[in-house]
Amino acid sequence: MELRRAPRTVIDPKVRQVGFITPGATLPPARSHSVPTDACSTSPPALDVSLPGSSISPVMIPPPRHASADGLSSLARSAATAAAPVPVPVPASHLRRDTVQIPVGSYNPSETLLGSSPMMSPSSGLDAGSEFSNEVPTSTWLGRRGSGKFASSFPATSGEMMAMKTTGGGGGGSTPKSSLTTASVVKALPGVSEKDGGALIEMQNEGTSKPQKQKTSKAERRAIQEAQRAAKAAAKEAGGVKPSASSGGAVPALKQGKVAKPSSQRKDGPQVTAPVTSSEKKVVDRLPEKDRKKDVPHPRMQFDDKHRVEKAKRRAVVNQSEARSRVELFRHLPQYIRGTQLPDLESKFFQLDPIHPSVYKVGLQYLSGDISGGNARCIAMLLAFKEAIKDYSTPPEKALVRDLTAKIGSYVSFFIECRPLSISMGNAIKFLKSRIAKLPHTLSESEAKSSLQSDIDRFINEKIVIADKVIVRHAVTKIRDGDVLLTYGSSSVVEMIFLYALELGKHFRVVVVDSRPKLDGQALLCRLVAKGLNCTYTHINAISYIMHEVTRVFLGASSVLSNGTVYSRVGTACVAMAAHAFQVPVLVCCEAYKFHERVQLDSICSNELGDPDVISKVPGWKDLNHLDNWADNENLQLLNLTYDATPSDYVSMIITDYGMLPPTSVPVLVREYRREHLWI
Amino acid sequence: MPDVQALVNDFVLKLKRRKIEGSHASARHTAELLRSVISQQRMPHTNQAGALIDAVKAVGEQLIAANPVELAVGNIVRRVLHIIREEDLSSTATAIEGLGLSAGSDDDDEGQHVDHPALSAAALAAAARSTLRAPSLQTLLEDIPRSAVTPQPPSSGGDSEGKSKSDKNLRSRKLKHDVIEAINELIQDIDTCHEQVSEQAVEHIHQNEVILTFGRSRTVKEFLCAAKEKNRSFRVFVAEGAPRYQGHVLAKELVGKGIQTTVITDSAVFAMISRVNMVIVGAHAIMANGGVIAPVGINMVALAAQRHAVPFVVVAGSHKLCPLYPHNPEVLLNDLKSPSDLLDFGEFSDCMDFGSHGGSPLLHVVNPAFDYVPPKLVSLFITDTGGHNPSYVYRLIADYYSADDLVVKRRSTS
Repeated sequence: MELRRAPRTVIDPKVRQVGFITPGATLPPARSHSVPTDACSTSPPALDVSLPGSSISPVMIPPPRHASADGLSSLARSAATAAAPVPVPVPASHLRRDTVQIPVGSYNPSETLLGSSPMMSPSSGLDAGSEFSNEVPTSTWLGRRGSGKFASSFPATSGEMMAMKTTGGGGGGSTPKSSLTTASVVKALPGVSEKDGGALIEMQNEGTSKPQKQKTSKAERRAIQEAQRAAKAAAKEAGGVKPSASSGGAVPALKQGKVAKPSSQRKDGPQVTAPVTSSEKKVVDRLPEKDRKKDVPHPRMQFDDKHRVEKAKRRAVVNQSEARSRVELFRHLPQYIRGTQLPDLESKFFQLDPIHPSVYKVGLQYLSGDISGGNARCIAMLLAFKEAIKDYSTPPEKALVRDLTAKIGSYVSFFIECRPLSISMGNAIKFLKSRIAKLPHTLSESEAKSSLQSDIDRFINEKIVIADKVIVRHAVTKIRDGDVLLTYGSSSVVEMIFLYALELGKHFRVVVVDSRPKLDGQALLCRLVAKGLNCTYTHINAISYIMHEVTRVFLGASSVLSNGTVYSRVGTACVAMAAHAFQVPVLVCCEAYKFHERVQLDSICSNELGDPDVISKVPGWKDLNHLDNWADNENLQLLNLTYDATPSDYVSMIITDYGMLPPTSVPVLVREYRREHLWI
Repeated sequence: MPDVQALVNDFVLKLKRRKIEGSHASARHTAELLRSVISQQRMPHTNQAGALIDAVKAVGEQLIAANPVELAVGNIVRRVLHIIREEDLSSTATAIEGLGLSAGSDDDDEGQHVDHPALSAAALAAAARSTLRAPSLQTLLEDIPRSAVTPQPPSSGGDSEGKSKSDKNLRSRKLKHDVIEAINELIQDIDTCHEQVSEQAVEHIHQNEVILTFGRSRTVKEFLCAAKEKNRSFRVFVAEGAPRYQGHVLAKELVGKGIQTTVITDSAVFAMISRVNMVIVGAHAIMANGGVIAPVGINMVALAAQRHAVPFVVVAGSHKLCPLYPHNPEVLLNDLKSPSDLLDFGEFSDCMDFGSHGGSPLLHVVNPAFDYVPPKLVSLFITDTGGHNPSYVYRLIADYYSADDLVVKRRSTS
């Protein structure tokens, strides 16, 4: 890295120079053509660079002209490290680069030439691209962008020349932009298919400054992406390694050679690779930002919004009557009278033809509470979808992709009516929908269906079953002989951890803490005791009594949010808090598919309300009837929260299938995971 | 005094079987029992206070041993001892005054002096000091054995003898009477402490306040109701307080008074506390260091309140003030209740069998009755004498108890 960066010094002053001079000075329209042609001869890696160069934020302005090489390199290094604070396995980083690239590459070709409408395509960099060409004509931008490009894409001499040219020429605001766009387009060309290439060149000759929106077929876009990814990969290896075999065509390979040459004499002079790497890192930082802006989770339905609630009601399949006395703080959450939906649904069974029977069945199980627990619910839902897809046939005059998506959507809203979705289920649905959206058009219906079914199987297997196994392997290393492990409620992963540790012959004791009204710890206790584990059982009230003897706390989670908050069964926060107060480490076990980019600070803004009636009755306490007929009194409400949010500072470690993380690393994992998710 | 002994035994049995629980009930019962003990106690001619103290200590020891966790019993025993000492002191003080007066006025009258030959002013002062026991080094040094002071040589004068006898009788009756009067006052205090505590409610509860409480405490109920009666409107979250679920009862009572009440499960305390302005709970006992022994689960509430910087207020009558410093209170000042509160015995009885698995059962069920809240988690105590900081509790205790009585045990020598 050191070696690569050092050469930048020669170019960098120019970068700065351009930046200073550009106020007022812009490229003459003529440049636009000359640049592309030059660019054409450069390597595809350069292509990536052009954008990154442009995306350097003001903060990244290189140090003063006299800055030594060291200063520069250190700056670059810091930039690089800042961009990649990711303690994630190596493959992930590959993925990241790929994904980064795609926006870069696809942005120009698809916008200006093929002009795809900004679709849901993974290249959400599209927007970024259009923004660039439309509203970033400020001269500083241009200057830096241009120079960045040059610096990166050309060997020293030519780069210098180009830089001079750019700086020398003053001109209109918008045209240079077009030149840039076209340039990158052309650069993209080599990687792209011949046909596209032709189109590109035409466009380039036109020199249009405004991107036109056209449609690309999915396949075409894919092809472009593939090619560009390959090119990127090649670029990455440019630091001396051979160009990768998969790179789009002869041209990239040629370029690689070109790039590789200077890189062999790194120390001597200015050369290409260093800027490439550093700026690439910057892209990583920048583009996802745009990405994220688009992908900010939709605000959830707020049930105190009467208008929307009415609308939702009209669509609803399940006929629910709202509970009468509700807690003021929780008006925004739905609360229905339990027990009314089930008979109603049952009677409607034969009228609800759009709902697949297996979906229907799972929905009823949610409603009755037969299936609970994040993983169980998610698996049940996916299996129901699988069944539904198996029996699905595209209606005439409809496209499978659209119709099936709509269908799944209707199933999902049915599930929501039965019980609000958990975050893990939301992630699984997102996955399935993205798989459907990305089905190649060439597939026949049966092929598409079978591919979707295998996708679902793969998801269940990889993200839940195997993930659990990995978590168990990790977690077991944290159990020592003589430990007293505390768990709260009933978590399937935690149970597996205990059983596996027992299998390994570790000697430990388990404390099962439980709480009303679910008391699902009793079932866990039953299973553990049956396996011969030494158990202690208590209620959450006694947590500070029992915590004295505990050495580790293992908790399950419904979801881990991006600010490190653990969203889990109500009471988990209390347990974690007590453990924190007694300095007992808290280990949260959660599969990575349950992570979510949403953030949450308290347990009130989003939660799920359970049936309040279960609070008034305590099984086994027959004389406890003070709260009978509670609903008749308007001053009295019962509140049965289902989840709470554990602040991240109570959590010592989160064990996921990607390894063991501190809660502060959750956003990193969320980001990486989402990428992978899209590119599975 | 067979009837008193029967009463004591009966009460001891009730305490042992946990028939009488709750600090208010047990404090009241204890005070009444001690009152009857004192009224039945035959008073010796000399050292009446000592005799009373011994008698009370004897009974108190049994009572405390019957249920050491019911700290209110011990508190009341100590309070009564303190009362006896104070009454004795005040009567001695009046005696000294009278003596000084008589000694000053008619020095020549031998007959008057004869009946107090040993009770020289110095001896009287020493006796007074020994009962007063102001904490100073001097008292330690001057700690003259009581036997040296008290046995008085029989006086010579016959007529004066009779006179002094009647005088002593009067005084002894007066002491007893005073003590019983004071105990009556104590009982009254115990009964009315709720009112005095709840009088302060309006000073602490403002309009639209959101209050969280846990389980049920009569003091808390009165406190909240008093604020409601003063037309403050506020809402209350009641955590049900498993495994006794007294929160349900409290909720019903509060709703009856027209207070907006929401019942939550204990596990939801952390979730809700961020929207709460104040936590008000009752206590089982307040220890000398400012720590609180309270129904199980309250430590969790206190920790959550501290996390969210919510004031944690403990309301309690002064009979819950315990002059002892807790050591390992989670274990030593705790009671383990029946597991059947938590688990249905039928389902898990075989797991709890000691016979299987080499003598130790696979399953333990822990159902403690109390929690200890360390003083740093408590923001304020509201007692019938006003609001106090946890760090001030030790001083409050000095008002109610005398340092001699911290260990209620009959002196083995006597």
